[in-house]
Amino acid sequence: MLMALFHILIFPGLLFLGVYGLIMAYLDRKIYARLQNRQGPPWFQPLADFLKLLGKETIVPELANKKAFPFLPVLALAAVTTAYLYIPLWSMSSLYPFEGDLIVILYLLTLPTLCFFLGGWYSGSVYAVLGSVRVITQLFSYEVPLFMALLTPALLANTWSLSGITQYYAAHPLYILINIPAFIVAVIACQGKLERVPFDLPEAETELAGGTFVEYGGRLYAIFKMAIDCELVVVASLIAAVFLPFYTGNPWADFGLYIVKTIVILFIFALFRTIMARIRIEQMVAFCWKYLVPLALIQLIVNLLLKGVLA
Amino acid sequence: MSKEITIPIGPQHPSLKEPGCFTITLDGEKVVKAVVGVGYNHRGLEKACEARTYIQDLYIIERVCGICSHTHSTAFCQAVEELAGVVIPRRAAYIRVIMAELERLHSHLLWLGIAGHEIGFDTLLMYSWRDREKVLDLLAMLGGNRVNYGINTPGGVRRDLEPQMAEDIKTVLDYIEEQNKYYIHLALSEATLAARLGGIGYLSRDDAIKYGSVGPVSRASGIPDDVRVIDQYAAYDDIPFDAITDDHCDVFGRAVVRVLEIMESIKIIRYALDNMPDSELVAKMPRRIPEGEVISRTEAPRGEDIHYIRANGTDKPDRVHVRAPSEANWHAMAHMLEGDYLADVPIIIAAIDPCYSCTDRAIVLQDSDSGKEKIWDWQGLRQYSIDFYKKRGFDASQIKVAEKKIII
Repeated sequence: MLMALFHILIFPGLLFLGVYGLIMAYLDRKIYARLQNRQGPPWFQPLADFLKLLGKETIVPELANKKAFPFLPVLALAAVTTAYLYIPLWSMSSLYPFEGDLIVILYLLTLPTLCFFLGGWYSGSVYAVLGSVRVITQLFSYEVPLFMALLTPALLANTWSLSGITQYYAAHPLYILINIPAFIVAVIACQGKLERVPFDLPEAETELAGGTFVEYGGRLYAIFKMAIDCELVVVASLIAAVFLPFYTGNPWADFGLYIVKTIVILFIFALFRTIMARIRIEQMVAFCWKYLVPLALIQLIVNLLLKGVLA
Repeated sequence: MSKEITIPIGPQHPSLKEPGCFTITLDGEKVVKAVVGVGYNHRGLEKACEARTYIQDLYIIERVCGICSHTHSTAFCQAVEELAGVVIPRRAAYIRVIMAELERLHSHLLWLGIAGHEIGFDTLLMYSWRDREKVLDLLAMLGGNRVNYGINTPGGVRRDLEPQMAEDIKTVLDYIEEQNKYYIHLALSEATLAARLGGIGYLSRDDAIKYGSVGPVSRASGIPDDVRVIDQYAAYDDIPFDAITDDHCDVFGRAVVRVLEIMESIKIIRYALDNMPDSELVAKMPRRIPEGEVISRTEAPRGEDIHYIRANGTDKPDRVHVRAPSEANWHAMAHMLEGDYLADVPIIIAAIDPCYSCTDRAIVLQDSDSGKEKIWDWQGLRQYSIDFYKKRGFDASQIKVAEKKIII
């Protein structure tokens, strides 16, 4: 019981995730800045932003739903933290693996997106409502290719458990080459999930002045921000677990390897953000359904055929 | 289910650099109606000019716009010189051209960055503003200031351009040219950029003429409307260059016109530096300007800039009017916005490179119900604010205010 609480709250739960989330946010900003030929922020900038927001007054707008408005950021953070517990990090097995936890993780990762939607919807500002409509439109576009990209490796591994998938691919490292198209689809779809350029339409500063989060401020916004930073870590860990299953067996070396893997994925994310412009919502929907979904479908067929061949 | 919602973009909005209000009616994400509201920044410049001498006016005129300060002072000085019948020395004309083109360089690089920012492409913003900084350094070297160079004076220019400065300018120009080639390549080939800029803010050639658009906006609609060519001033008659036009008629076309104009500007500056004659810098100007009225035009980075001066024989002008280029471009704005997506609104607004405070002259409030014009005086405004706060439970009517005397 005590151990479980330690896992949930301190390591690898809330505290570690929060700290690593801030480090990732810093690295993201620094890499982004260096790619743009800028200096970039000092290492404590995300922490300073977080603390500053915590110290600010929390304002719930008059038109907002008084119950849902403050509750949603906490729910988003809780969902992200829970998802982290089921992802194999520096070993081939997560802390509490069970058959079907991949589905649970994907479900838990959809919750923050729904929180963004509801948070915008309940805040009673026209910008936020427009932003939340975009959140949902976007959700229906990237979620399908993302799910397909993450579930097709599971098909080949013949298990719905993320730990099982990791163990299977760690045992057959060459098979990850088959999943390269799914990896590409997953990385692109994750830009939508994390609402980063080119898919940052829900917050689109220059159009919607911050979109879904426009009415959030102070502590509530700090928690939302933290949830977004943590989501970045969780998504990067998920991709690392499914598509980069390399382990040495030594826990310390594996921990280092985990950090390297997530930072490599972060670098790819930052590169996307640097080289692209924000696209329009109808372009985003068309792109996801015209290119990502067919690519994921091809991967599905390939994996189905291979499953027959390999069996 | 089709439900229309109205959202205000402005007066305070992250995509607007100055206050302006665009009331956008949306059907889903599509703009069905756009109302452009400018006039938040009336500064009383023209009235202030009438109260001061021509030399003092120069300070005000240079501050009409922060970006194209040189072009305004050139237009003003040209008008004064024409009234006085003075021809400026050739070298001064060349220095004016060099300053004007450097200003165009920095303005277009600034625009490129803002355009990138509006469509969420911050890398372009960082790159082009890094290069713009070098141009600003040049301007600071030539004029002593980054944006208000103070180099023009009626009758000529105040500072000379030394040989070492010419060398420095050429070094920077080589760098900018190299960078700009990359931007041209980027503008013409980057997929997300083309997808975001192409086809939006469409303004056909006929519409551009009908709405009286100027500068890069009209040139992107295929109209060779460049004052430097059609009404040559300063030393532009000596210098060979092309007016850039494009027939995309959309925001993409406006971007192409601007990046290609950077290349032309570099060409002009190089030619001007190499062929600058030696002469005096300032011609003798009379202090009292003879009676008469005159219109003077220059090509600002944003388009045609018109200055009108009526002189009454004293050392102060009787009337000064400034028509900044953005003012001519506002008229087509609602037309360009309608039918496009909300996501495109910021970039369409930014594509005319708007200057809000340069445009605002005098405001006449129009009642939205009756359409009647309404002019509020100081007392009326105060009464309105008292009533406004009374409704919200705060009585301000007892607060004593000093009688406001407007000094002219």
